[in-house]
Amino acid sequence: MVQGAPRRKILLVTTDQQRYDTLGCNGGTLARTPVVDRLASAGIRYERCSPQSVVCMPSRSTILTGQHPSTHGVWMNGVPLPLDAPSVAELLRMSGYRTALVGKPHFQPFFDPFQRFLENSLGDSTVPSGGSHRGFEHLEFATHGPVGPLHYSRWLMAMHPEAVGGLYRVLDDALQVNADGGGATAAPQVHVNPIQREWYHTDWVADRTIAWLDSLAAGDDWFCWMSFPDPHHPWDPPESEVGRINWRDVPLPTGYPQDRQERERILEAKPRHWRMWYDGTLVSNYEAPARWVPATLTDDQVREVNARNAVECELIDEALGRVLQRIDERGWGSDVDVIFTTDHGELQGDFGLLFKGPYHVDALMRLPLIWRPAASAQRAPAVVSRPVGLVDIAPTLCTIAGLAAADWMQGASLPISDTDAEARGFERVLTEWDSELFGVGVHLRTITRAGWVLTRYLPGTVHDGTEGELYDTVADPLQRHNRWDDPACRGIRDDLLADLLDNAPPPRQPKLQLEAPV
Amino acid sequence: MTTTRGSVRREARIRRPASEIWRWVGDPERLPDWWPGITAAKVDGDERTITLGSGLPMPEKLLTIDDIQRRFQYRITGPLFREHTSTIDVHDLGDDTSLVVYSIDADPATMALVIAGAAGNALEHLRSILEGES
Repeated sequence: MVQGAPRRKILLVTTDQQRYDTLGCNGGTLARTPVVDRLASAGIRYERCSPQSVVCMPSRSTILTGQHPSTHGVWMNGVPLPLDAPSVAELLRMSGYRTALVGKPHFQPFFDPFQRFLENSLGDSTVPSGGSHRGFEHLEFATHGPVGPLHYSRWLMAMHPEAVGGLYRVLDDALQVNADGGGATAAPQVHVNPIQREWYHTDWVADRTIAWLDSLAAGDDWFCWMSFPDPHHPWDPPESEVGRINWRDVPLPTGYPQDRQERERILEAKPRHWRMWYDGTLVSNYEAPARWVPATLTDDQVREVNARNAVECELIDEALGRVLQRIDERGWGSDVDVIFTTDHGELQGDFGLLFKGPYHVDALMRLPLIWRPAASAQRAPAVVSRPVGLVDIAPTLCTIAGLAAADWMQGASLPISDTDAEARGFERVLTEWDSELFGVGVHLRTITRAGWVLTRYLPGTVHDGTEGELYDTVADPLQRHNRWDDPACRGIRDDLLADLLDNAPPPRQPKLQLEAPV
Repeated sequence: MTTTRGSVRREARIRRPASEIWRWVGDPERLPDWWPGITAAKVDGDERTITLGSGLPMPEKLLTIDDIQRRFQYRITGPLFREHTSTIDVHDLGDDTSLVVYSIDADPATMALVIAGAAGNALEHLRSILEGES
């Protein structure tokens, strides 16, 4: 790196809870995503990117720290990431980058009546005291709802208070994730929202990103994490946009077994918490509405959820397009790397389920990931089929900035081709789940490698430690045939189990406490 | 279970005699001294009103202040709760160390978790105050 020479600028775009198959470039047919599709055709599209956790706080902490949840310690939503945790943003800032985080952070719990968590008290200003927070010198926060201390909520309440009541109530009177349904099918977390499009958080995040970019000098090196709260539930996009996709025309997803008997037979063949949640007899975590029973899900509800989700994906794509246009107008077009990904997936009808939980299948674990390197880097477009993870994002940001990856990072800079991936040993990616909520403990360890996904269940409330799941993602892309007990797969099972144990990340000690539900 | 009631416990081992810890924990007006996020505690008979960092007042009924067992119990009577009882026990471990156990039962369950998170943090704060004094 030449001292003082301009460096590549970085736009990291994350969405929340977006499936791989919601993008046109990944074969999606429902949402139109031309902006991301163009990034993919000009850049590197990853076909097997896995999160290291399938819920928000642990996964976002992985993106920031470049560490697995075991190591950074945020083992579930509600466990706050320590304020002194390592941060790739801090590395970039210390090297001279201007840094911003606009949108959803969620490194600390949102549910905070005692106002104990710093991130809920930063809404008074866009500049944190001390000059930066977790390496970001500019902060503008948002989340799914309109109530609370974050910047978007404050802005909406101050500027458009009449719109606040139009958004969905994320929590119910019992402070549980709301199960109330709406729309045409009464699907849970579907809601008719009369808000004007430009006041909705998707456009707000883009607007505030553009405003920050406009505040920079032409010669600044910059890193912006633009973090959209959608398409995470609630599915309450601006009603003016819902007509883009008629839910009645939406085909049922291939992952949704339409025949109830078939659906329940598939669930029966999986570890027992799958069927218990479906029947409403086990609530293992806070992320899905506790009062909602998945067995009540109807075909039309799946259609409407998918339609509204697709509308939210289109709004994100268009918002990103506006930001990229502004980047071009600033003259930075050929010097900006764009990374587009999400924190985890969404069941969205697969197996007759919605939302997320301890279910390590493609719906939650196969993520969209696009890296469009700056044109000035002269990288050839590519498709990478080898497994990568969100743990690889932080080292990639270092590479783009011309920095060495920090020794506390556990991933590696993303490969630029399958040849590069093979040469640098991208063989496996790990995902973990630990939940302990009101006497119910569930613990999963998963390895994705060479076309297989293996999940080992540790002892918990409804598992004795002998259970597992093993799927051939090539022959069984819908993961309906659990091969864990198949004698013909004993060799691959033992091999993957050994690999999983050999590569287990070091755990943080002492274990951090669960301090809030989410 | 899909009940809306939750029961959560937090504890801390503190290297101080139980009698010394009880002077803090057993005094209902000293809560702001060791609980980050609570800015005031006003006691009137068996009623206490605490003020949260957000400015929200929370009324409570004091149920037990037992100097012999070193047990403190209270009930939050604010509108967020259908039911609540919290119990703080200070156990003398016999080696000039003590175990402080904070148990929370609440409906809705979410509030049990929220109070437990803050209580766990408060116990750590209390430990750092008292052990820092030694």
